[in-house]
Amino acid sequence: MQKRGGRSLEIFFYLPAAALLGLVVVYPMARTAFLSFTRTNLATGFHSEFAGLQNYRRLIADSRFHNALWVTTTFTVLSVALEFALGLLLALAAETFIRGRSLIRAIFLAPWTLPTAIVAVLWAWIFNDQYGVLNALLLRAHIVQTPIAWLASPVSAMASIIIADVWKTTPFVFLVLLAGMQNVPRELYEAVEMDGGGAWSKFRHVTWPFLLPFVFIALVFRLIQGFAIFDLVYVMTGGGPGGSTETVSVYSYQTYMRYLDIGYGSAQVGAVVIILAAAAYLLYRLLLRQYAHLS
Amino acid sequence: MRTLAKILIVAFCVLAAAPIAWHVLSSLKTPGELASIPPTIWPRSATLDNYRELFTRRSFGRYYANSFVIAALSSLLCVAAGSLAAYSLARTSTVVRKLTTSSLLIVAFFPPIVLLFPLYEMVRAAGLMNHAWGLILPYAALNLPLTIWLLTGYFEQIPYEIEEAAAMDGLSRLQTFVKVILPLSAPALATTGMLAFIFAWNEFLFALTFMNRESSKTITVGVATLSGAFTYEIPWGLLAAGVVASSFPLILLVTVFQRRIVAGLTAGAGK
Repeated sequence: MQKRGGRSLEIFFYLPAAALLGLVVVYPMARTAFLSFTRTNLATGFHSEFAGLQNYRRLIADSRFHNALWVTTTFTVLSVALEFALGLLLALAAETFIRGRSLIRAIFLAPWTLPTAIVAVLWAWIFNDQYGVLNALLLRAHIVQTPIAWLASPVSAMASIIIADVWKTTPFVFLVLLAGMQNVPRELYEAVEMDGGGAWSKFRHVTWPFLLPFVFIALVFRLIQGFAIFDLVYVMTGGGPGGSTETVSVYSYQTYMRYLDIGYGSAQVGAVVIILAAAAYLLYRLLLRQYAHLS
Repeated sequence: MRTLAKILIVAFCVLAAAPIAWHVLSSLKTPGELASIPPTIWPRSATLDNYRELFTRRSFGRYYANSFVIAALSSLLCVAAGSLAAYSLARTSTVVRKLTTSSLLIVAFFPPIVLLFPLYEMVRAAGLMNHAWGLILPYAALNLPLTIWLLTGYFEQIPYEIEEAAAMDGLSRLQTFVKVILPLSAPALATTGMLAFIFAWNEFLFALTFMNRESSKTITVGVATLSGAFTYEIPWGLLAAGVVASSFPLILLVTVFQRRIVAGLTAGAGK
């Protein structure tokens, strides 16, 4: 029973959300896209001069941007792969617990709850060469003889950031997958058992197909968050040593707020959006095909 | 198999809790003990001095209040605007609903740095630098996609007959929404509101850029800059206390409402 005046009321219902999204999301996106085709910096007095594809051409030649892309990709792929492997393993292991599952969930949720910037402060201290607890433990166990400056060399700095991210975010993957496993009908496991199937065929033919939508959600969320990573790096290493942990978000932030090169910064984030869209599309196609194959 | 699984879970519970435990223990140590190399594990004499200094000599109380006001108001605004839109979406044609919710999801996936500079221009032009509203409005908007997404799913399950009955009683659509639908959806509203609150409490990039005055900082920026990453003297005790104090309310909130939060996070995948 649609009442008269329902239409105009409906527009009123959408209005607050639409206004907020327009102001905070849609307009800034359009503005960033526009700025990426202009020269807008200190030299132009922040007036925008049309520059065509100049900023994008600059990206192709900018080795610092290439490095940032490489760093971001390495960080994202390694941390998401680790989080995924650990999250799946833990979710499968937690399934065997009948009682105590809510306690496990509570403990695992704690790292995920912490603000990323705070996680960065926390781990920067653990990895500190003199006052950090990691070196203290390693020295005590006689695994190392002298303290190691974890955040001072490129490879160990990257490893430290990945460890901090895995610590914070594995719980998210674990919880999403654990929730997914609740949807698996128990009878199907029994059916596999009757056919003489072991643990592997239970996982392959029952758990995995039911888990796929959850896998997709967790992967897409994590890949996109990983690629946008800013707080963790900015607070823990500031992108150092020597740019070895500088991600694209950190570089773009510097381009905007320190070099005040607005046009170029906009082209950087524009390029990232294009890369992310392509990656999400590929992932979607890949999982869709697997889904079709299974069902 | 089973024993192996148990060992694995227990080991990872320890790994998850140990870094936090170390900070709790360290926050209770004296400056002298914190400066010892190598560091001690258990505090020799426990003290609350670090917390006292944090709240009296530093502006930590101020950061706390700022974060609380910003997170509370932005999540309220988000749930208010989001529930209105989600209700209309739940009662509109399937095509419109599917199109809107999927475009919202795409919006939610944009890296926040894409929006940073234009928002910075707007916040400055509106005179909202160092002002709570300079963060409340962006946070409310950034949480809208997830909020609308979750609430639409929830509202769809409310039978239409309830609204017809309300209309028979002479209630307008807005009255039906406020007096019938909202009370029925209290659990879903609380879950989405909590997720929005956590997001706002944790946000760093915009808070760092739009709030540069000491008295306007939020807790994440406050603790991160407390570390004095650029100076040589690092106040370890304050840092540890800051880490613990800033995360304590969230850990409490999430532990109490864990079931709801997990359900909210995974609702999208179930469809």
